[in-house]
Amino acid sequence: MSITKEEVGKIAHLARLALSEEETLAYATQLDNIVKLVTVLQNTNTDQIKPMAHPLDAKQRLRPDAITEGNERDMMQAIAPATEMGLYLVPQVIE
Amino acid sequence: MTHYTLADYQQQLAAKQISSLELTEFFLKQIKAQEQLNSFITVCDDVAREQAKQADSQRAQGKAGPLTGLPFAHKDIFCTQGIKTSCASKMLDNFIAPYNATLVDKMAAAGMVMLGKTNMDEFAMGSSNENSFYGAVKNPWDLDYVPGGSSGGSAAAVAARIVPAATGTDTGGSIRQPAAFCGITGLKPTYGRTSRYGMIAFASSLDQAGPMTQTAQDAAILLNTMAGFDPRDSTSLDVPVPDYTANLNDSLKGLRIGIVPGFFGNGLHADIQAAIDNSKKVLEQLGATFVEIDLPHHELAIPTYYVIASAECSSNLARYDGVRYGYRAAKPENLLDLYQRSRSEAFGSEVKRRIMLGTYVLSSGYYDAYYIKAQKARRLLSEDFQNAFKNVDVILSPTTPDPAFKIAEKSNDPVKMYLSDIYTIAVNMAGLPAINIPCGFSGKLPVGMQFIGNHLTESKLLNIAHQFQQHTDHHQKAPEISL
Repeated sequence: MSITKEEVGKIAHLARLALSEEETLAYATQLDNIVKLVTVLQNTNTDQIKPMAHPLDAKQRLRPDAITEGNERDMMQAIAPATEMGLYLVPQVIE
Repeated sequence: MTHYTLADYQQQLAAKQISSLELTEFFLKQIKAQEQLNSFITVCDDVAREQAKQADSQRAQGKAGPLTGLPFAHKDIFCTQGIKTSCASKMLDNFIAPYNATLVDKMAAAGMVMLGKTNMDEFAMGSSNENSFYGAVKNPWDLDYVPGGSSGGSAAAVAARIVPAATGTDTGGSIRQPAAFCGITGLKPTYGRTSRYGMIAFASSLDQAGPMTQTAQDAAILLNTMAGFDPRDSTSLDVPVPDYTANLNDSLKGLRIGIVPGFFGNGLHADIQAAIDNSKKVLEQLGATFVEIDLPHHELAIPTYYVIASAECSSNLARYDGVRYGYRAAKPENLLDLYQRSRSEAFGSEVKRRIMLGTYVLSSGYYDAYYIKAQKARRLLSEDFQNAFKNVDVILSPTTPDPAFKIAEKSNDPVKMYLSDIYTIAVNMAGLPAINIPCGFSGKLPVGMQFIGNHLTESKLLNIAHQFQQHTDHHQKAPEISL
């Protein structure tokens, strides 16, 4: 199976990347080669095998429900490209 | 010039033969003299001098700890408050972190002096350090060659003796492979052993920070401070930290070392094969025996890794949207345009490729076939190791199939580049610790071998590496430019 230009375009949109025509073509070939590398997985029998999400199969640790962090909005927003009155500014999304 | 180790400087500082400020000035000068390597993104002259003065004053008051006053460098993936943390990306070229990574705080609290932030592959994605927004790092043994990656700046700097030690991170071999290419010692600890808080995420279930040093003893000294539980990292291991220097001198008598026959011969460079054969003789003389083992699913390692690491990378890097911090495209037409152009203009091509691959394997219709399948293969890979460790204490393997390659030799062929990670990535899938140590040369380029241990056996790995280094001198060889 090979990856088409249209598929690359769809993936790029999902990933919020704008690709040039040239990049789209290059990624189509390269992704195709990588996916070919991955086909060995499809030929492996993994019936009865549980997916492994974490190297030590660790359980999510829970912490006591206590406040440990203060309000750091000003500090966090100090590095934002554009803010106003404690809000992040983006192009208008609601007419 | 005489090359001292971290342990040597530790003694000289304790004996007050040298001050931390003198040591710091010396290394700042060395860094400047080797700018051709491009191993640093930021040099922190002022911060380093300030920390050195504090360290000297602590010592004068009799309050010095074992690491007080020792200079080192951080890979530019660790967030440093008030100092640029770029992850070698245009995306974060303007990023001044509002907080410190836990490891940055820990090493500062131990009195260490941060000389600067080292170059790397963008977001730690790469095996050659060519994917940096700040340009490729050069291998100090031959400037036409890559230092390996992604922790290439740290490896080159330690090898060139312009820093006594550095931190690195390893997601698929990013500490061990550059350590092998540059002829230094590099330890990737057990997953969860060192904190990931404030370490910019690439693939969260694989990323792990570790020391990059001249010797195993130095790695032990650093790991003593780096390791430990961090409540701010939800995957941090809450288990006691031993003194990693305590067992360095244990005898290797009776040590059972596993060898995978398939790792040798076909596909392995003859010089690396020869270097490991010679090393095995040394280990045998020290009392170790070799046992053949099998890792039957090893051929799945590379495909499994590239599915899982890319999937996690595409999720982790979704946060870079041009809204809250980092690069923002000029004059966006609308919100979608802001996201798309900020990301497209600021990510390099390898990062985009992995985001694309990760998005593809997680997308509807492919999730089970690729992502879940890879997670199942990951368990097979992990179980292979557990079965092997029933019969052996550690596994000895090459770190890389070939010595360092030339700059630009593989940069247009991602698959070829990925295949060079064949010996390192299964270790990350299984969350195991592994250490690279130098074991010989191929022409003028150093080559390395790695010892892989079961979870939390860092002390054993350091013990073996130290004993080997007590009986060989590969780790003492330094590139000509440093002499």
